[in-house]
Amino acid sequence: MSRILEVNAMTMDFGGLRAVNKVDISMEEGEIIALIGPNGAGKTTFFNCVTGVYTPTAGNIYITPPGGQQRSIKGLKPSKITEQGLARTFQNIRLFPNMTVLENVMIGRHSRLKAGVLGAILRDRRTREEEEQVIHDSYGILGKLNLERYVNDLARNLPYGAQRRLEIARALATEPFMLLLDEPAAGMNPQETKSLESLILKIRDTENVSIFLIEHDMSLVMSLSERIYVMDYGKLIATGSPAEVKNNPDVIKAYLGEDESA
Amino acid sequence: MTLQDVKKTALASIWFVFLTFPIMVIRVNTITQTVVWRWHNMLYIFLGTFFGGLLWRFALTRRKVGAKPIVQTEDEKAAAAQSAAATTGLKGTVAQLKVRLAEPAVRKSLIAAGLVLVLLFPIFSSLYQTSIMITALIYVMLALGLNIVIGLGGMLHLGYIAFFAVGAYTYGILYRFFDVGFWVALPIAAFFSTLAGILLALPVLRLRGDYLAIVTLGFAEIVRILLNNATGFSGGPAGIRGIPRPTFFGIQMNLATVSIYIYYIIVVAVAVTIFVVWRFENSRIGRALVAMGEDDIAAEAMGIDIARVKLTAFALGSFWAGIAGVIFASRTTFINPASFTVWQSIIVLSCVVLGGMGSIKGVIIGALGLILIPEYLRAFSDYRMLIFGAVLVIMMVFRPGGLIQKKRKAYTFAVQTEEQG
Amino acid sequence: MDFDYFLRLFFSGLTRGSIYALLALGYTMVYGIIKLINFAHGEIYMIGAFTALIMATVFSFTGMPTLAILVLSSLVALIYSSAYGFTIEKLAYKPLRKAPRLSVLISAIGMSLFLQNYVLLAQTSNFLPYPSLLPQVPVPRFLQGIINSQQIIIFTTTAVVMVLLTLLIKFTRMGKSMRATSQDRVMATLVGINVNKVISWTFLIGSFTAALGGILISSFTGQINFYVGFIAGIKAFVAAVLGGIGSIPGAVLGSLVLGMTESFAAGYLSSVYEDVFAFIILVLILIFKPSGLLGRPETQKV
Repeated sequence: MSRILEVNAMTMDFGGLRAVNKVDISMEEGEIIALIGPNGAGKTTFFNCVTGVYTPTAGNIYITPPGGQQRSIKGLKPSKITEQGLARTFQNIRLFPNMTVLENVMIGRHSRLKAGVLGAILRDRRTREEEEQVIHDSYGILGKLNLERYVNDLARNLPYGAQRRLEIARALATEPFMLLLDEPAAGMNPQETKSLESLILKIRDTENVSIFLIEHDMSLVMSLSERIYVMDYGKLIATGSPAEVKNNPDVIKAYLGEDESA
Repeated sequence: MTLQDVKKTALASIWFVFLTFPIMVIRVNTITQTVVWRWHNMLYIFLGTFFGGLLWRFALTRRKVGAKPIVQTEDEKAAAAQSAAATTGLKGTVAQLKVRLAEPAVRKSLIAAGLVLVLLFPIFSSLYQTSIMITALIYVMLALGLNIVIGLGGMLHLGYIAFFAVGAYTYGILYRFFDVGFWVALPIAAFFSTLAGILLALPVLRLRGDYLAIVTLGFAEIVRILLNNATGFSGGPAGIRGIPRPTFFGIQMNLATVSIYIYYIIVVAVAVTIFVVWRFENSRIGRALVAMGEDDIAAEAMGIDIARVKLTAFALGSFWAGIAGVIFASRTTFINPASFTVWQSIIVLSCVVLGGMGSIKGVIIGALGLILIPEYLRAFSDYRMLIFGAVLVIMMVFRPGGLIQKKRKAYTFAVQTEEQG
Repeated sequence: MDFDYFLRLFFSGLTRGSIYALLALGYTMVYGIIKLINFAHGEIYMIGAFTALIMATVFSFTGMPTLAILVLSSLVALIYSSAYGFTIEKLAYKPLRKAPRLSVLISAIGMSLFLQNYVLLAQTSNFLPYPSLLPQVPVPRFLQGIINSQQIIIFTTTAVVMVLLTLLIKFTRMGKSMRATSQDRVMATLVGINVNKVISWTFLIGSFTAALGGILISSFTGQINFYVGFIAGIKAFVAAVLGGIGSIPGAVLGSLVLGMTESFAAGYLSSVYEDVFAFIILVLILIFKPSGLLGRPETQKV
């Protein structure tokens, strides 16, 4: 196993507000880890910094793709970070609502393809082959997530659970080595959460993707993750296995408030 | 529609009579110090807003009830066909007609008939009609080009006419200083307008939608002001005269023949535009552009280089405007800055919006409709811009997708679906 | 260079800036609350000025004293403009509350086009002379020949309006609701603010000040036509962006800066390209400081 992600003392300020405060997080290849914490703890901001939506105020982010060299991705554009092999989903689903399900996944393939405008117009052999390939591949990805039957439906017409899965499918299409899922179980019923759990495990095992979760559903977090990081007010307050974190007094305090623990 | 609604509408009409009173009823002439009272306008406003208001209210309630999903599976289509066959009366006839039109054989023959009609048009119509048709087709081309930026990319571009101007003026200036002809000017002008498109896009790459609207509008104004004032270069407000019409391998033609010739040139140009846009919209970059229009943050997170896609859209959109500009200049043989105001941009925008943003068919129909109808109904031509304004508002409120809604391409998977079943 | 000339340019810039400020307020307030460039705002300014002209001409036949004509016609025009602003919002923007921003922008452009042509068709396409009904006020001796009585009235009126507006927004219930709504519309609804009412009030107030600007500037320039609102509106929007959109002091500052820049650029560089400067400023500010002079930096919510 090798270390694929290393975040060193990362800080993100918005004006006077320090949303993320000197956070260190690392991740090994093939791991499933989770970042938890109360609302407003800075989890999504952390994701946004790693995926390039924001450039962190201080600190650094290094990745080491499996079989590759270590490199810093701090300050890169989100599209470049995706090219490097990090893919994400969003807390509040952000599909392309008026495109079809298949097209949503095809968009995920974008950075792995070459065809330009001229190729599109002339439709030469290479472009044609590439297009056929992308349709085929995308359909294959839909299959893995049980979404085939929606192929040509518009994304916005999908049931909620399917939309969540489509976001994962779209992220997988970018060929990531690391998948960042921002509250994938939000709004799901226990049954859906259960099948999401096995889906995530399946993805990790069959696709060789390491998984980084932000999640509020504790049962999902506890059964899935191998290590858990806990954030509160922008700071990391605990790290460890699910069992360790569950019994950590600081974590209980952060979730339940001062009085309960006293 | 209840009595309550009628009452409310009547009250709203009274409000409009009050609101429009000073502007509609009184007309002052401050030079002669006279006032004309047009009391009859109160009645017109009342009746107009009353019936318009009833329609508006009716459409609003329908909008709330409606909102059917646009995608149809094969089963649903079959069901629709059956129910269409079952229903009688006018509604049934229309529905049946729709089903009939969806049959590939019927569609193909209709398209073929349309093509023949387009090709034979100048032969059986007058010079005047050919000329109107050329204008309409120029707008079709502009609308198709603008559609790339606004329909696919979702970027509100209010300065599109500036690229049309760049095309027209490139030809005008090349002719004026170097005596260059149509066919040589055409590629050069296309190049310059594309370049102008890229130059505009560069500073605005990072701008969000609403700022983009203002900056593009400002850009168009700057171009127009420059043309108006750089007299030595562009001829100033008087413009450039005597721009040559296109020749056929050096042969010059009389007015009637050359009009037909220009007609065919623009037909070919439109055909090429349609072909390119059609291939572009379902290509890798085209899809990326649509995705960016839908959600730029998600698109970027999926590995799309937003800046590059925006540049491509602006460049490709401006290219067609440049070509259309050269054809326009060669047809009128006279250009001046007054042909390239903001309102011309808005006219093209109206064509795109009315027809259906993102839909090639829709945009063509929108442009032909908005340009031809006022030409043939002369009575309306004064009210043209008023109607365009109303069209923009009404379409946005009731049918933001336009008359012909954009349809995403459906892909078929014969083998896989069988396996699945 | 001639110092008097400099001063004249300075005050002419201040005049422009004041008018832009009266217009920019409406843009910035509306943008703050519903995130929309209300393209039709410039048309309200034009309709305000037109209505005042029409009413003043009608009243002039009654033989009233000039001051009474001015007050009455302005009052009617201000009421009417506010009514227009209110109605436009209900027709063209309210049905689009949940629509994508592109749709609302197109609707706004459509409204602007419609109103221009409405006045063009109902009145005239020509420039009409605009009588100055503003009373003569004494000009301080050291400024004689540099500014005139009308300019003094414009500055004072603008200043008074700004102070009143600031008080209104700081201390009244409606002002507080406005600020809350512009921070977070959903939250505002949750704490019981009637957001639709707040939006209506925003349009009423914005239209009122825009029309005031229209009347003042038309009296100053002495002419009007249906098109005066559009370019003035765009420039006022530029001023609002320059100052930091959503910020009221920003709108005022941005307007003054823009007015001055235009005035000096026209006076010392070239008057032909006067309109170009506003757009160049806009592009520069959007590239280098998109949050404007006094605005807070906007962070994208993901």
